[in-house]
This record gives sequence, C-alpha cells and structure tokens, in this order.
Amino acid sequence: MTGAPWTTRQTPGPGGAEPFDPGAAAAAATDAILHDTLHSTRPGVVVDSPPGAGKSTLVVRAARELAAAGHPLMIVAQTNAQVDDLVLRLAEKDPQLPVGRLHGSETGTVDPALAALPEVRTSAKIADLAGMDIVVSTAAKWAHTKVEEGWRHAIVDEAYQMRSDALLAVAGLFERALFVGDPGQLDPFSVVGAEQWAGLAYDPSSSAVATLLAHNPDLPQHRLPVSWRLPASAAPLVSDAFYPFARFRSGTGPGDRSLAFGVPGDGSGVDRVLDEAAVSGWGLLELPARHTPRTDPEAVRAVALVVRRLLDRGAAATSERGPDPEPVTAARVAVGTAHRDQAAAVRATLSELGVSGVVVDTANRLQGREYDVTVVLHPLSGRPDATAFHLETGRLCVLASRHRHACIVVCRAGVAELLDEHPSTEPVQLGVTVKFPDSWEAHHAVLARLAEHRVGWRG
Amino acid sequence: MNVFRDSRPAAAAAPSARPTPPPSLRQRLTELRGPGIRPRALDARALAALAANPGCRRRALLDGAGVDKGALAQALGSPAGHGQSRFALARGNSFEARVKADGGAELLRLLHARLPSGTPAPEEGEVAAPDLAAAGPEGRAARTALALREATAAGGWTLLDHPLLAVEVAGSPAYVEPDAVVVRPDGVWTVVEIKSFPMIDGAADAAKVGAAARQAAVYVHGLEGVAAQVTAHGERPARVGDRVLLVCPQDFSNLPTAAAVDIRKQLATTRRQLARLTRVDEIAAALPPDTTFDLHLADDGRTATRPADELAAAVETVDAAYAPECLAACELAFHCRGRSRERGAVETLGRGVRGELGSLRTLDEVLAAAAERTADAAAAPADAPGHGAGPEHPAAPERAPEAPGAAPDDTDPALAALRRAARLRAEALGTAGPPVPVPRTAPGAEDPVCR
Amino acid sequence: MSLIETLARMEAAAAGAARPLTTVRHRHLSDRPLVCVPLTTAGEAGAPLGALVGTDRERPLLLTVAQPRDRDLRFAFLAELADAVLPYLDGFADTVGHEERKETDPESGKKVTVQAELCADAPQLIVPSTAGVAYMRLLGRSTRFRRTAEQDPEAPYPAPPHVPLLGRWLTHLGERARVPGSCLLLSMTELLTRHWATGQSALEDQHLGALLAWIDPPEGLSGRAAAERAESARGEDGMLHCPPAGPATDPAFDNALLAPAMARYDADVPGAAEELRELIGGQLRPTWDAVWRGYDLLRALPPGAHVVDRWKRDRWSYTAHRDRVRAGEPPQPKRDDAVTAARKLASRETAQAQLDAQEALDDPLVMAGRRLAGEAFAGEVTAVEESFSEGPRPMPRPLVTLRTADTPLLTDGARLHRPLPDGKAQSAVFVAYEDGAAGSLTVRLTGGMGRGKVPAPGSVPEPGETVCWTLFEHAPRGGPQLPEPEDTPWTHGGPPAAGPEGDAPDPMTPEDFL
Repeated sequence: MTGAPWTTRQTPGPGGAEPFDPGAAAAAATDAILHDTLHSTRPGVVVDSPPGAGKSTLVVRAARELAAAGHPLMIVAQTNAQVDDLVLRLAEKDPQLPVGRLHGSETGTVDPALAALPEVRTSAKIADLAGMDIVVSTAAKWAHTKVEEGWRHAIVDEAYQMRSDALLAVAGLFERALFVGDPGQLDPFSVVGAEQWAGLAYDPSSSAVATLLAHNPDLPQHRLPVSWRLPASAAPLVSDAFYPFARFRSGTGPGDRSLAFGVPGDGSGVDRVLDEAAVSGWGLLELPARHTPRTDPEAVRAVALVVRRLLDRGAAATSERGPDPEPVTAARVAVGTAHRDQAAAVRATLSELGVSGVVVDTANRLQGREYDVTVVLHPLSGRPDATAFHLETGRLCVLASRHRHACIVVCRAGVAELLDEHPSTEPVQLGVTVKFPDSWEAHHAVLARLAEHRVGWRG
Repeated sequence: MNVFRDSRPAAAAAPSARPTPPPSLRQRLTELRGPGIRPRALDARALAALAANPGCRRRALLDGAGVDKGALAQALGSPAGHGQSRFALARGNSFEARVKADGGAELLRLLHARLPSGTPAPEEGEVAAPDLAAAGPEGRAARTALALREATAAGGWTLLDHPLLAVEVAGSPAYVEPDAVVVRPDGVWTVVEIKSFPMIDGAADAAKVGAAARQAAVYVHGLEGVAAQVTAHGERPARVGDRVLLVCPQDFSNLPTAAAVDIRKQLATTRRQLARLTRVDEIAAALPPDTTFDLHLADDGRTATRPADELAAAVETVDAAYAPECLAACELAFHCRGRSRERGAVETLGRGVRGELGSLRTLDEVLAAAAERTADAAAAPADAPGHGAGPEHPAAPERAPEAPGAAPDDTDPALAALRRAARLRAEALGTAGPPVPVPRTAPGAEDPVCR
Repeated sequence: MSLIETLARMEAAAAGAARPLTTVRHRHLSDRPLVCVPLTTAGEAGAPLGALVGTDRERPLLLTVAQPRDRDLRFAFLAELADAVLPYLDGFADTVGHEERKETDPESGKKVTVQAELCADAPQLIVPSTAGVAYMRLLGRSTRFRRTAEQDPEAPYPAPPHVPLLGRWLTHLGERARVPGSCLLLSMTELLTRHWATGQSALEDQHLGALLAWIDPPEGLSGRAAAERAESARGEDGMLHCPPAGPATDPAFDNALLAPAMARYDADVPGAAEELRELIGGQLRPTWDAVWRGYDLLRALPPGAHVVDRWKRDRWSYTAHRDRVRAGEPPQPKRDDAVTAARKLASRETAQAQLDAQEALDDPLVMAGRRLAGEAFAGEVTAVEESFSEGPRPMPRPLVTLRTADTPLLTDGARLHRPLPDGKAQSAVFVAYEDGAAGSLTVRLTGGMGRGKVPAPGSVPEPGETVCWTLFEHAPRGGPQLPEPEDTPWTHGGPPAAGPEGDAPDPMTPEDFL
C-alpha cells in the first residue's frame, strides 16, 4: 500500500456570475442521473444529495421509469420508516403500480397506512411478492432474503448511512444499482473496534459508498445541486460548512419565504431570538457560560420556552407553495438534541409548559425529516470537554439542516474556547481517505456564522 | 487548496523567517531560564505536549521560555520516565542514515513513486543537497529559507537535510527541525518524516502516525511562512504540500517504505491552536517579578542546587491544566499530577469524568454530593441494608458540599444522577452480599511484587 | 466512563484502595493457564529480548536473546518458545466430546444437524498487558510465513521446525482476543480493570504494578502511595523497583545495564551470556509474579453464570483451529478478504451485545449501571391485571404494574425483556406510565407464558415480587448471512484472487537488518 494518491482536487466554485435557474439545474441533473441509470454501461450510478435536494423524489421517479421500461427492481432502504415512506410516495405518484413491501416477521414493523393501498402487497416472504414491479425492504431484511434469480436493477437509498458489510450482504441480489444518499449526514459506526481493516477498500465498518467507489472508481457520479428545503438564508452556511466539495444552492430566493408572528415580542431574550430568526433564518440564544451536565436544566428550559413562545405568538410562514401565510403548528416544529436523555428532558419540560405535538428527537432520528422551524440544543453547550461524538460533523449538519424557514440554536457561551482548548490527538490510520470537512473546522465555521445572530438570554 | 476558511486570518499570517521577540520579552524569558542557560528547541516531545494540552499555561510558559522541563522535574523530585533507549536511538539514526544514503536516492524514489504517474523521475546526480550549516538557530533558519528560495528558483529537485524552521508559538519564537524537506521541480515543498516504527502490511501504529502527522503539521505551518515570502519575492511561486511523506521500516526489515499522509486536518488544528494560545508575554507578565525556574546548576552543569520547595513555589506561580494524557507527553506531568491529586481534582481520574459532573470539580465535592442521599435513602427500603454493607463512605456525610453556587439542589441533574448512581451502587453491592473480599497476600511481604 | 464507575474510582481514591466494579468474575480463568511475559528490543519490530513462560508459577522457563540482532539467536529463541508453548496448546486437542451443531450441507444446501467434535477444554494464554497481546499478534505475524527447511529445502535462512506453526497459533489466539468476552488470550491489566476500580485514571491502570498496588496495597501503604512507588521509585542504581510489564523495557535499564552487557557479549567476554540471562530474567520476574498475583485475586471471585457459555465458544474456536492445522491449511493471510472481514466484524458485534447483556444479567452491580443509563429498570410489582390478545385464539397478555425509582428511556411500545427462572427471556412491551409520570409504570407480557390459555405457572410475576426489565435483548442474534468469498460481489471488488501473492514469506536479505 502506498497511501493516498498524490493529487490535489480542485474545489468546484459555488457558481459563477451567470444567473442561476435552480429548476433548470435540478432538472438537468435529474435527467443525467436517469439516463445513466437506464443506459450506462457501468453497473452502478452514485448520486450525492444534500439536505432537502429531492432525493426521495428522485428515487420515486427512477423507480417508476425503470418499472415503466419493463425492468422490475428492488429498493433497499435503511430503516422501516424509510421503506414505508417510499412505498407511500410510490403509491401516491402511481396508485396502479404494483409494489411489494417485504417486512420482518415481527408484528408492528409496517405502517398501517399501507393496508389502504390497493396495489401494495405486504409480506414477510419474498415468494408472496413475486411478479411485483417493485419490491421495497430494509437492508437488514434483504440480507436474510434468498431468491432463485436476482434483480437486474436496484436502488439503494441512504447509501452513505449504510455500512459496507450491509451492502456486501445484499449486493448479490442485483446486477446493477443506483446509489443515492447524503454524504454530509451521520456516518455508520461499529460498537467494536475495526481498526485492523482500516485502509482496506472493503473495510466492513466504512460506508457502502466508500467501498463501492474504492473498487469502482469509474462509476458515474452525480449530485443534486439544489436544496428545495433549506431557505436562501441557510443553504450557503450549510453548503460551506458541510459540503465544501459539493456545493449546492437553495431552490428559493431570499424573498421567497418569510416568517411572521401574530403577537409582537415582549423584549425577552426568547422573543428577540425568535424575531431574529424570523428576519434572518438563524438565531443563537446564548446562555451564560457554565459547565453543566448533559441535561442542563436551564438550557433545556430555554429550548422549551422558545418552542412555547413560537407557538404562542402565532407564527405563520409564507413560502413559494402558496400566496397565503400558513400557521406554524406544533407538527411543523421540531427540537433536535445530541443525546436521548436531553430529548427526554425537553419533552418533559414541554409537557410541563403545556406544549404537545412537537417532535423532539436526536440527530440520528431526525435524519431525512423536514420542518418549518427547528430549535436545536447545541451538542457542545455547557460541556467541559469535546469528545469525537459531540464533534461529529454529521450530527451538527443534521441538526442545522432540517428547516424550511428558520433554525434557532440554544447554547451556552464558551464553546469557541472549548473547541480551541480541546486537544486533537486523534490516531491516524494509513491509507484511510481523510473525511472532510473536518469536524473541528465545521464547528468553528458554524459558530462564527451563528454569532452574527446572537441574542443573550438576559438583555 | 484552501479548504479551511479560517475566521482568524491572523493565524495564517506568515511568520517571518527570523522572528525576533521584543527585547523585554527575550530578557524576561532568559531570566526565567536562568542566566547562561540556552533555550531548549521545540522538539517532537514539546510539540506532542502542545497538541495534548494546548490550554495549559504552565506548559506554554516553560516551553515558550525554552526551559528544560526534564531537568526541572528532576530537581522537583518528580522525574519523568521519558528517557530514550540507546537501542532505539541507534536504530533510528541508522535507519535515517540508510534512507538518506547516496544523496537521498532512496528517499526520492519513495517520494516519486507516490507522485502522479508521468512525473519525471529525478536523474542520478541531479538532486541538489545544499549545505545548511550556520551559526545559531537564527542563522540556520535563515540559511534554510535562502536554500528553499534558491531551490524553488532553480526548478529542479532539492533535498534539504535537517532544515531549521522558525515558528511563532504563543508570541515567542521557536525553532523546529524536520528530518528533511524535498523541493520538487514544480515548486512544491514536501515535508519528510522518518520514523523507526514499522509499517507492517501497509498499516502502522495509528497513535504514532497521528503524532507524526501533528508534528509534520507544525513543520508545514513553519514552511508556509517561508513559502509566502519566496512567492512574494521570487520569480516562481512556492507551495507547501499538504501531504507529507512518512518513511518507516517495512514489515520486519530495515528496508524503507513510505506513505503519503494527508495532514490538512492537523494543519488546521495547529494553525488554530497556535493562533489562540495565550501569549507567553501575557503569562510572564502575570508572574511575580523575580520568578525564575533557574535550577542553579552546580559546576558539573547537571546537579541542581536550588531547593526543591523554592522551585516548586516558582512553578506554582503559573497554573497547570493537568490531565492523565500529560503523563505520556510532558516531562513535568508527575509533578503536576501530585499537586492535582492533593487538591483532589476530578481530572486526575481522566478528562472524560467531567462530562457528567457538571460544576463539581473535586473528589470531595462529588463524594459529599453523592452521600447526600441519606435523606432519600430512608424512603427507599431496599437501600437501607445496602448502605451498611457497601463500601464505607470516606467523605464525612455531615460535610456540606462545596459546589459553587449552591447547597444541594434537587433540580441539578448532575447531583440527582450522582445520588442515583450512589444508591444503585450501594444497593447492588448490598444485595450481592458483602463487597468482594480483596485477598491479602502473605503478611510480612513488604512489597510482594517488586523488590 | 459511566457515572457509576466514576463514583467507584472516587471512592477508591478516597479510601486508598480499589473498589469492586463487579460482584462476580466475568471471565473464564483456566485451572492451568500458560503465562507468558515477553520483553522486546527497543526500536526493533519483533526482535524479542526474552520471555518467562510456563504453567508453573514457581518454575517459569526463562528464554533470552543475548544479541537480538543475531538472526540465529532469534530463531533459537523462537524455537524454544515454540517448544514451550506448542505442547501446551496441543495438550487440549485430543480430549474431546461430541456436540450437535447445525451445518449447511454442501450438496443440498440445507441445514442439517451433525455431530461435531468439541474439545473438552481449551488453552488459555495470559500476558501482562494489552501491549503484550499486541506483541503476541506481532510474533504471530512475523513467524507464520517463515519457511522451514522441511517445507522448502531452497528457503534462504530456514526457520527452525515448529516456528511457523507457533506463528499460526499465536495469530489465531490474537484474532480470537479481539472477540469481546473471549478468553483464549487475556491480558492481566484488562482482567483486573474489568473487576476493580482504582483511584487513578484508566491510562494509569495500564501499568500492571500500579494497578495491583491499588487493588492489593502492601501493608501500611495507601494504594496511591504504592502505585506511585510502583510507577517510578528507583533504587540507588537508578533502576526501577518495579520494571515495566513489557514488552517495552525501561530505557534506563537498556542504557545502564543491558547495552554494556551486550557489548561484553559481542566482545566474547566470558560469562557475558549468563550475565545477560540474569539481567533480563531480573526484569521479567517481578512481572511474572504480578501476573500470578492478579490471577489469585481473580480466582477468589465467583464466576458469573454465563461465563461457562462463553468459554464454550472459545472451545469451539480452539477446536476449529485445531482442525484447520490438522487439515494442512495454509497460514492465515496477511489481510482478510472482504467477506472474512465482514464476518469477523459481525461476529464481534454479536459477541459484544451478548457480553453486555450477560454481564448485566449475571451481576447486579453491572445491571445497576444499565439501570442508571436508562437501559433497564427494577422495581416491585404492585398490580397484575389479566388481559388477552385479540384474534381468533386469544392468548394471555397480562398487564403488570410496578413501582420503580429508575428512569428508563422508554418510548411507546418499547420492547422489554426479563429473565425467567429457567434462564430464558420473557418479552413484554411498555404500555404507559401510571398517572402519566415516572415512578410507576405498566408493561404487557407478550411471551414466555407457554402455549396454553392460562399462563404457565411462575411465568407471571406476583404483586410484591421484585422484577428487573431490560430494554436490551438477552440473547441478541448474529448479523446477516454473507456470501462465500468466491461469491464476493462487484461492489466489493469481486472474488479475491486465488493464491494471493501478498502472502508470500517476507523478503529476506543476506544482511541481517534487524
């Protein structure tokens, strides 16, 4: 082994001076992807999709076009929720399309909503689904599935969150595949050490895409260039901090979305950060510096109060979807945390404040979800130390890229100093491609941008 | 490639080839070392200590002043066990000599093999090897900068053997010495690190590679300052490669092999750490006026005659941020550990323990807070028998917690979790019978293991 | 580090002696382990300096290399090591029992039950530290590709007989040691730190002498004082009272004693070889005694209930490698192929999950940690309500309410598990908190009650009974089935090339380059 090749990649610029037509750019990218999926001579196509760039839409469209061209296919997703979501979207687009939903033998794994779809058949046995145009299941279920004859085509969704060994277990079922995923989100991991395979192309603990491309560097690679979710205020920050090699733009312009409140602010820190977020798309509510345990009661309460005031003040969002403002209801708001106990503490406090219906969850579980407004407890808030877990780029990226209108971050002061003093003495494995962006840099970059929208807890 | 948008451009500002501290600071640092004592170079160990604990003011001051921390620790009565074996030294030197033999032919072959195919290989005898000898570190650094400029202008292959680079660390100049730097015909400078740990089947000890990468990042940072000047004043642009060449013995042999190591992350970290370090002059300014770490060496140049308690008092004038990781990186660590243990600092058990302790900083505070559970213990009957049978509580229960800010507060999740942990632990030890007996070895054996 | 372990460390620091982290021993300890204390030459990869090895604590075999750069002496050492280790490893090969196991029939592809040999016991190699385990792997790697004159008359510098075989066994033990909970190759520091919390950091626990000083401090000394003494106290000669547990030597020893003695050996000074043996033996003996002292401390703990189950898997592992050696299979490759790597990772993840579950079930102190983490909860049953499943054949699904001070991280419908007296797990789902708040909650039993319309006796807890539910499974299953290496898909580079060139013996040159 000789280490990484000695070449330097050029960073693609974020677009020149020419006018940018997001719709046209996205359509061109989609056309190229579909063309390669149907006609490429190579067995795989890889698509990088930043947050909210229409990954699910692409998967549904590619699946329908393959089926329409007479190619039955299998779809691999990573969780049962993702599988059900895909089946519902397929049926919504084409209610006549025969879709099989392969599921595990335990009860309760399938969304009951699927039962109402006439052309969707669900079963725990692949034989029951023979002849369906499309069969969808999780990677875990596919890995236990045996068939006489495999599929010519497959789509692998959330491929960056799939581990290499999971792909190894299912890749024998298909001849060629479209791999779609978001490289900026959380990496797969292993609870046991896998260092002995570090640097190998097929390191079982690395991501499926990393292995795929290491063995097949000539596969066509595409990226979706437009985020339809993130507003114009958010796309540059998220793109710069987390996708320095695959920049994207927002599909909407600066004036296309707005957030307004029916009730004026009372001058408190909470209301002022809401006002700041309504104007700029970002808000940083900064609490006084203090070392705290994970479930910092003041920070948890601050998060809950922001949510409460957001709802109380009658937030309404206007977007390109319609001329009239739509109320931002509890269902359109989410709270994101790093740890489950933090999420539990926020839920309990929200319940004390009489707020219900707001999703509160960890970054892992918020992957792939979308809301109008998100309130985030910063992963490093109040921490005396910064571990690799809390620094992980994907965690911050997920938390900062779930919103259509605004994101409010609650954090104690002093995180920049914590980062600066945090020793970075990570081991380095030879032959492992350095993953960029660096988490340390990404955290600093995001903090620096958030600081422009800082509101103190008191005055 | 400018991957890092450093929000503090000052970090990347080029240090001049010959940073000179203001006379007052230089004078102050000389006083701290003691008259006639030459400053220590910023060697690999000091760089490792910097990476392991950038926030430690004591380390920053001592390294900034070039104090011999090993001798200081010895004089304090807490010597570090950090010597180097003659065997390792001899092996390292012979390996490096082997790699650089024949004008660096093997080294350049290893480097060339890792360049994009099509790059012309250096012809035999075509590699320049300038003499870098000069008087004093300033002279050597200036000689290195000149050689780099000439090599870049010449547009051929040049091997710089042990160049000396100046970097500014916490406002004070320091000199670092890479094993080698290769200037390529295209004006790219590559740092070469030669290590004697093996690469076996293409893999090497990741902790050691990480340390080498952090070390190399400091060299690259130092070179960037020179490169900026060469580019500004020379006719051809110079660029410092962000991949360094790590050369190690292959498998179980003495044959060299190499890997290109991408050090962009370490470089970003190094830049930010160096930019954010508390300046040595600020730390020095806060010291009592006549503070010095002078050991008052006897005529043999080795024996310290200054009383240890006097030295200890001098060391105490500047704060340390001790953590167990220091033990592997800093010569003064045993001394700082002793002080830290006397204070009962929670960090003595590892940096990680702080995460769940909130604002509690000492073992006494934590144990006292955990012992506050006696009140709710009465409410939980299962707890009562366990309490007596559990480990005796060394912290007196009547002692009030000294947590800053407050008396025990039921809403503080750190305290609540601590009490739950203490209750669960006592309960488990109680239900399982008495705590596991620790068998004693035969009485009379004063020290049964070690002589 | 969990808060409960942090607290134990603080108790230990305050008390001046280690505190238990477990109430039972969670690792199998052989009645007759082979202890090996290796030392290596500084700056060299795989150049042994010496070792103490054996099963008799009073009479260890001392092996030394007077001049590590001398290939013949190194080979002689390895041959002696093989002579000491291989008979021990082979000694378990022929006492076998038979077990039924499922195998895939190569012709029909169906799962069939076959009788398989299983060795009744297996060897156990104990080294002082994790660095010692890594060193065993390194020795395995450096010797298993060597060729003996018998294997290959043309081989330059042939290795003595048995040396490659030793390498294959050390490689197997080293790989097995990566499986969580396995016990064929153990390090004493890991064994001790699993069972006791000291008043120092985990980093400092890597020093076997300091670790033992906390667990079993000498009379009149606190653990802290004894540990500091073990770490750094030196005699007037500048030598450590307690030499490092290896394989690295103390640089001061190298420089002051070893190097001059080697120079005398190189100069053919009479008695130099004996002097070196004594020097190296003197560095090894304290560590040898320390390993045995740790062994005694651990033997005093009662074994956990699942320890024997896990040891059985080690016996399978040993038996399988015995079979591979007997079948004349080639040495393990330098690097795993894609399928092998994935299989190993999957089996280790399963082993980790099983180990975590079994340790908690075997030990209330470990379970306390899981309860604190919100992964289990225990409490007193306050009510049991009869209830049945819907459907044509209603089955008992009783609702159990219990009072608990624990705060599990429960979501609606969370699956729960608890051990039944027969060792099997009973499944349940979380229903709701009573009155919507923590402190009292209800679960619905969903299994483990037999097939009748009435729950099997003893399968439903009674009011007043204390029960412990876990959110984790008790016998987690293995990962997915993976293809055979020859069926490696295109995504992973296709089938590995036959007879990988990379596994040729390491290059040897006339110059002895160590």
